[in-house]
Amino acid sequence: MAIGKLVSRSSYYTTLSALAILFLFPLVWAAWAAVKPTPGSGQQLGYGIGNFIKLARYGQGLPTYVLNSVQVAALTVTGTLTVATLGGYAFARFRFPGRNLIFLATLAILMVPYPTLLIPLYVLLGWLGLQNSLLGLALVFTLFQLPFAVFIMRNSFEAVPTELDEAAMVDGCNSFAVLTRILLHAVRPGLITIGLFAFLASWNDFIGPLILISSPDKIPLPVAVVNMQQQVFGSIDYAALEAGVTLLALPCVVLFLILQRGYVQGFMSGSLHG
Amino acid sequence: MIGADVSVPAVIPSAPARAVRRDRRVLSGAAYVTPTALMVGVFFLVPLGLMLWMSVHDWPLLGPSTFNAPRNYTGIVDNALFIDAVWFTVEYTLIISVLLFAAAFGLALLVQQRRPGIAFFRTAFFLPGAVGFAAASLLFYGLLSRDLGPLNPILSSLGIIDKPVSWVSGSPGLALGSSVGLVLWRFTGVNMLILLTGLQAIPTDLYEAAKMDGAGRWQQFWSITLPLLRPTIALVLILITTGSLLAFDQFFILTNGGPDNSTTSIVMVIFREAFTRFDLGSAAAISVILLLALLVINMLQLRVMRRQSH
Repeated sequence: MAIGKLVSRSSYYTTLSALAILFLFPLVWAAWAAVKPTPGSGQQLGYGIGNFIKLARYGQGLPTYVLNSVQVAALTVTGTLTVATLGGYAFARFRFPGRNLIFLATLAILMVPYPTLLIPLYVLLGWLGLQNSLLGLALVFTLFQLPFAVFIMRNSFEAVPTELDEAAMVDGCNSFAVLTRILLHAVRPGLITIGLFAFLASWNDFIGPLILISSPDKIPLPVAVVNMQQQVFGSIDYAALEAGVTLLALPCVVLFLILQRGYVQGFMSGSLHG
Repeated sequence: MIGADVSVPAVIPSAPARAVRRDRRVLSGAAYVTPTALMVGVFFLVPLGLMLWMSVHDWPLLGPSTFNAPRNYTGIVDNALFIDAVWFTVEYTLIISVLLFAAAFGLALLVQQRRPGIAFFRTAFFLPGAVGFAAASLLFYGLLSRDLGPLNPILSSLGIIDKPVSWVSGSPGLALGSSVGLVLWRFTGVNMLILLTGLQAIPTDLYEAAKMDGAGRWQQFWSITLPLLRPTIALVLILITTGSLLAFDQFFILTNGGPDNSTTSIVMVIFREAFTRFDLGSAAAISVILLLALLVINMLQLRVMRRQSH
């Protein structure tokens, strides 16, 4: 009996470990391929950052692309946090005309997939003078974060007892002070979740900037690395490519591991209340 | 659906004071929702209308547009690339729906119980989901390459293949298989996590009661887990099919639609209509068709899932 249990437990952990290796192997390989010696690449002898140095000199120079990506990510995260916090607060705590209609219209974004809307958005941003602009791209990213973000924030605010607001109002706080001084602390897991999602979406998105950004000095990092893959004549420098992949993946993996606790918490509270 | 009215003051004031307060609450609520409403109006509802408008116009990338209904729509039928892309995308969606759901559900059941070290395994399975899909596609482009990729050396040392295989471009089957592998690696953990939240929302006393009634594990799975998990399963299936029908990155980056356009998806055709053929009207018409098809498919899925739960 005890031996049987031991065997089943060890086979359970063996299965899990094999699967974990399968899932982690590509990530580890990409990082290793970026720094290992490869003939004909930027890193010929011994381990080192030769491929990253080669990558840094590609096109407009790596710093340009990284800066573009950082700018779009900062704008998207700020926009999503601001709009979704105010919107979620409004839906959770106030009654006003058109409340259900606006909430449904926001959720309806989920039913209209992002790639199908990019062609008219391309034309619309042109009319607004936001074509080929990082701000325009960030606005589009923010919009597609809204259904999820507003939903999560509404649920987060609803989970906070209203007695907290009322006590603060008796103390003379207006509704904005209630939000900034009291409620924002209570909904922090939700804010972390939607902020993380907004960052990941904008840092990683490919088809958006591919369509909406045209000048080579404004493209964000993913498009730049794909251009490197597709525009090189003759043989593709796979090692430099994996250096680019490492650069793209590293912030996401690190951020996820750091914020994991808050992220999973927010994710669960969001999906359970729905 | 919406929570209770919370504008009840702590101290009951006189009637006129209450009315003033209520008006002020209405104004504040409207003010807080304004950014959301503006974003949704300008960047969602307007483009949605514009998409319909463009789909009935000859709309070149540059220059003026002219009304041409219904030529953008009738032209779709003659677009051989589009027809092939529809079949390919549907085939791909069926394959992914089965494999990805099975993998995600299997993993979710495997890591469902709290056991020592389980957090590590959950994180390991989810971690590919933190990597962007474009980056993951590039990663697999290198991983499966003949030059740098480790797959060919590993398989040949195991004696499974006798000469290097061109995974992403060797044949339509290999290209599709490579893309499926990439998608499984990248998305299994994400779907596992959603199913896991559903599994953990099932009250444990239900299982205990069933155990006391003498129900075995298999019986518990059929009579408790599956029925109570149905909404989560519906959500995951809708997310998977929708995502697959909109596939772009994996084919644009990993297989470049090849070999011989065999892995060209519907969204790739939209992209080509717009930015290779400079025909935004046709691209908009295909977008409209795709959007309607997705709505119909999602509604059918919801209806089927709901009927089964009765």
